[in-house]
Amino acid sequence: MTLFRRVVLLVMLAFTSPAVPAFVSAQQPTEQQGQFVPAESLPQREQMPAAPLLISAYAFVMLVLFAYVISLSRRIGAVKADIGRLESDMKRGNRS
Amino acid sequence: MPKWFTPAAILCGLMFVISPVLIARAPDESSMGMVYKIYYYHMPSAWMFLLAPLVCGVSSALFLARGRAEDDRRAWSAAELTVLFGVITLVTGPLWARRSWGTWWIWDARITASLVGWMIAWSYLIVRKYGGPGSDKLASGLAIFGMANVPFIYISVNFWRTIHPATTVVPKLPVDMSWRLWFCVTMFTLLYVLLLRLRVHLEQQRARVDALYVALEA
Repeated sequence: MTLFRRVVLLVMLAFTSPAVPAFVSAQQPTEQQGQFVPAESLPQREQMPAAPLLISAYAFVMLVLFAYVISLSRRIGAVKADIGRLESDMKRGNRS
Repeated sequence: MPKWFTPAAILCGLMFVISPVLIARAPDESSMGMVYKIYYYHMPSAWMFLLAPLVCGVSSALFLARGRAEDDRRAWSAAELTVLFGVITLVTGPLWARRSWGTWWIWDARITASLVGWMIAWSYLIVRKYGGPGSDKLASGLAIFGMANVPFIYISVNFWRTIHPATTVVPKLPVDMSWRLWFCVTMFTLLYVLLLRLRVHLEQQRARVDALYVALEA
């Protein structure tokens, strides 16, 4: 069998394989949501897997914001210390 | 710092303490269950992620036109906030998507454009830090591109096929969900204003240090 025939056979096999429809359907996005509807009551088993993701998301937001505020206050503190040092240098320079 | 800063900071802090309680009591969504509650922080931070590059772009355009240092300081501060709110949006989104879409990430128009916008903000900061003399004007050009990306991010879900919720979700929210969302939007907007003011204050102090060095040298 020539190389060309082997390639054609492989391509045909790949497209007729039962895995292909499943793969293609997995690639199809579900329908776009245009509205959120409140659920009356959800079974407990459906709520459980969401909890770690939900908690991770809120923890991440709080952590990032806290880290940024700390970083900003430290940078402002460092600059203010520089200003204090430079102003005292200037005063000393004026006296001498 | 202005007089309004401390009361506004206290108010914002209180809102951040109350918000998880309000969100926990919100009703679950019919198709996504409780994981949709990430939305209450994801959407307001995404709006700030759109507001920040607009502020950065307008301030940069003003800086290029008028050459005032104050505009440049605001642009630099807003670019840093774009990166901050961008990382929140780009991390909370996949955490929500994993449960509701079954995947962490899809390369649709909105998410890809958001990633591009976030990288433009990073490139602005990198140019400012390592660009040397003239980097302020070069970075201003980048900021204008970042601003041009914002309307594209916003409308993309209405024009291209995607599973990302459309912009019609917010006006159609039931009252139980919407008042909680607007509470979080107010909280994040207040936080954005406070952080921007604080970041601009840092740049003003840095300018003062530069002026003092010049005065000492003279």
